[in-house]
Amino acid sequence: MAKITLDGLAHSYYPNPKTDADFALKELNYEWDDGGAYALLGPSGCGKTTLLNIISGLLVPSKGNILFGSKNVTELQPEQRNIAQVFQFPVIYDTMTVRQNLEFPLVNRQVPKNEIDKRVAEMIQVLDLEDKADRKARGLTADEKQKISLGRGLVRYDVNAILFDEPLTVIDPHMKWQLRTKLKDLHRQLGHTMIYVTHDQTEALTFADKVVVMYEGDVVQIGTPEELFDEPAHTFVGYFIGSPGMNILSSEVKGKTARIGSHEIKLAHEYHALGETAEVGIRPEFVTLSGGKKGMPVSINSVEDIGRFKIVRASLEGQELNAVLPEGAPVPADPKVSFDMSRINIYENSHLVRKGA
Amino acid sequence: MDKTYNNKAWFLVLPVFVLVALSAIIPIMTVVNYSVQDTFGNNQFFWAGTEWFEDVLSSERFWNSLSRNLLFSFIILSIEIPLGIGIALCMPKKGPWVPVCLVMMALPLLIPWNVVGTIWQIFGRADIGLLGHTLEAIGVDYNYTSNIFDAWVTIIVMDVWHWTSLVVLLCYAGLVSIPDAYYQAARIDGASKLSVFRFIQLPKMRGVLIIAFLLRFMDSFMIYTEPFVLTGGGPGNSTTFMSIDLVKQAIGQFDLGPAAAMSLIYQLIIILICYVFFTVMSHTGSDKPEQGAGE
Ligand SMILES: Nc1ncnc2c1ncn2[C@@H]1O[C@H](COP(=O)(O)OP(=O)(O)O)[C@@H](O)[C@H]1O
Ligand SMILES: [Mg+2]
Repeated sequence: MAKITLDGLAHSYYPNPKTDADFALKELNYEWDDGGAYALLGPSGCGKTTLLNIISGLLVPSKGNILFGSKNVTELQPEQRNIAQVFQFPVIYDTMTVRQNLEFPLVNRQVPKNEIDKRVAEMIQVLDLEDKADRKARGLTADEKQKISLGRGLVRYDVNAILFDEPLTVIDPHMKWQLRTKLKDLHRQLGHTMIYVTHDQTEALTFADKVVVMYEGDVVQIGTPEELFDEPAHTFVGYFIGSPGMNILSSEVKGKTARIGSHEIKLAHEYHALGETAEVGIRPEFVTLSGGKKGMPVSINSVEDIGRFKIVRASLEGQELNAVLPEGAPVPADPKVSFDMSRINIYENSHLVRKGA
Repeated sequence: MDKTYNNKAWFLVLPVFVLVALSAIIPIMTVVNYSVQDTFGNNQFFWAGTEWFEDVLSSERFWNSLSRNLLFSFIILSIEIPLGIGIALCMPKKGPWVPVCLVMMALPLLIPWNVVGTIWQIFGRADIGLLGHTLEAIGVDYNYTSNIFDAWVTIIVMDVWHWTSLVVLLCYAGLVSIPDAYYQAARIDGASKLSVFRFIQLPKMRGVLIIAFLLRFMDSFMIYTEPFVLTGGGPGNSTTFMSIDLVKQAIGQFDLGPAAAMSLIYQLIIILICYVFFTVMSHTGSDKPEQGAGE
C-alpha cells in the first residue's frame, strides 16, 4: 500500500490532440493519501472513468506520470500494479461458481490455497452470499452479480487501491444503501485507499472523506463535503452539490458591495472591482424570505413542499432564485429576500474569488 | 377479462402451410410412399411393408457409406471448429482491416458447390493443376483419382477451405459482442490469455458455436456435389458417401424402394444426431441454476 501521486497527468483519446477540448482529462496534479476514502464526482462524460482507468493501468496517459509510493508505474500493466477495480456493469465469469469467481484473482496471483479459502469464505459471508456460494454465477440477479464483482476486488487484501466505477448503478435503491454502508465498513476495517466514482452527490458525500469534483475533464475542486458545501470553488460545484443547488446571480462587485440589477447588497469582505462577469453565489439554505419592508422584492413562481422543508422557486430581477423555508413557515404575501452576508461567495468567470482578494 | 376466440386467424397461416406442403410434406410423403411399396413400372404398386428398410439395414453397402459419412463429418468438425475459433481470435476487432478481413472470409462462401468441386478438380491435376503439378515437382506422389488417401485429403481440404469461413464469421460475431469491461476486469484480476479464452471468450461464443457445429455437421453429413464432381465417389467406393450412394441407387439403378427407405433412414439419422448434439451442447456449460429463474 502506498500513496498515489498524479504528476502532470493528462489524457486525450486522439493521437494528436491540439486544443484543450481534445483532452478527455486535462492536466492534473494530485496526491491520494494512503488509506483515504475518496469520491470522484461529476456528470456523465466528464472524464471520471478515464482517470480511473489511468490509475488502474487500463489506459496509458498521453502526458504525465503516475507514482505508487515513489515507484513510477505509468507504463506498467494493470496486473503488475496490484490494484482492484470494479466496473459500472457487473462482470462475472459465467461458467464459474460464485466461490470460484471470488477465488479467481487470488488463484491468478498464486496465493496459497488455505489463504484463498479463508479470504473467500470471509468475503462470501460479508457479501451475504452463503446460500449461493456453490452455484454457477450466471443465473444470479444483477444485484448479486455486482456483489460478486465487488467481492473480486475486495478479497485482495494487499492492493494499493480499490477503484469503484459507479458500482451501484444497477442496484436497487435499498440494496444500494446497504452496500454503500458495507463498503464504508470495509474501508474502516481494511484501510485500503478507495476511490469511488459516482455522479450522485449523496453517494459521494456519504462515502468519502474527500470529494474530487470533475467537470469537462477538469478537476474543479477537491475538498471535504463541508468545504464543497460552504465554499464551492467553481459555480459548477455550487450547482452540483446541494439540492437545490447554489443560487448564482450575475452582478457587479466593487469593494464591499455587490449590485444585482437595481439592488445593492453588502458583502462581508472587500473585493477589487470585478466588473460585469462577477456572480454572487448563495445557497438556498441561507436565503431568508420575509414579508417585511427590508430586503429585495421577488416574485414567487412555485413552492415545493418536500416534507422537512419547502423549496420556494422565485425570480429576482429576472434571475432565478431558490430559497429554503423551514417546515411550517408561511409563504409571505409580499415576499422580500435577504442573504446571510457571511455565506455569500463571489465568482468571476465561474471561479471562486478568495475572500479579500 | 373475457377472451374472445377468433379462429379466423388460422386462415392467415394457410399460405405458409401451402408452401410447406409443396416444399416438404408432399415430397416426403412421396418418398414414404415409395419406401413401403414395390413397383415394376406402369404405375403399378405392390405393398412391401418394411421389406426395403430391412434390406437397407442389412446391406453392407449402407453401413459402409454411413461410416464414411460419420468419419468425414467427424474429421470436418474437428478441423473446422478449432480452426474457425483460432482465426476468429486472430482477426482485428476494430480498425480499417475489419471489413477487408470480413470480405476475404466471406468469399469462399459465395462460391457454388459444384464450382468448388471443379476448382479443386483442376487445381489438383498433375498435368494442368497448380497443386498437383507443384506436388509432383517436389516429388510427392499425389493422385486423387487413384489413391484413396489422396482423394480423402483433397475433399477434406476442399471442405475446410470452403466452409471454415462460416465458423470464423459466426465466432467473430460472438467475440465482438463481448463488452470491453470483461477484458478489463480480466486484466485487473490478473487472468492469463488462456484464462480469458477459457472463461470469457469461449462461454460467450457458446451460442454461436452450437449453431456453427450444427450447420457444419448437417452440411458435411449431406455432402454430395463436391465429391461427385471431384472423384465421382471413387477411387472404388472410397468416397461414396450416403448421398452419392442414394443417387446411384435411385437414378443409376432405378431401385426406388430401397433408395426411398435409405433416404428416410438418412434423414432420421441427421435429425437424431442434431438433436443429441443440440441437447448435449446446450447443457454443457449452460449452468442453468438448479432452481429459480435466471436473468
Ligand atoms: N474509448 C474512447 N474513445 C474516445 N473517446 C472516449 C473514449 N472513452 C471515453 N471517451 C470520451 O472521453 C470523455 C470522458 O469519458 P469518461 O471518462 O468515460 O467519462 P465519465 O466516466 O465521467 O462518464 C467523454 O467525452 C467520452 O466521450
Ligand atoms: Mg464512466
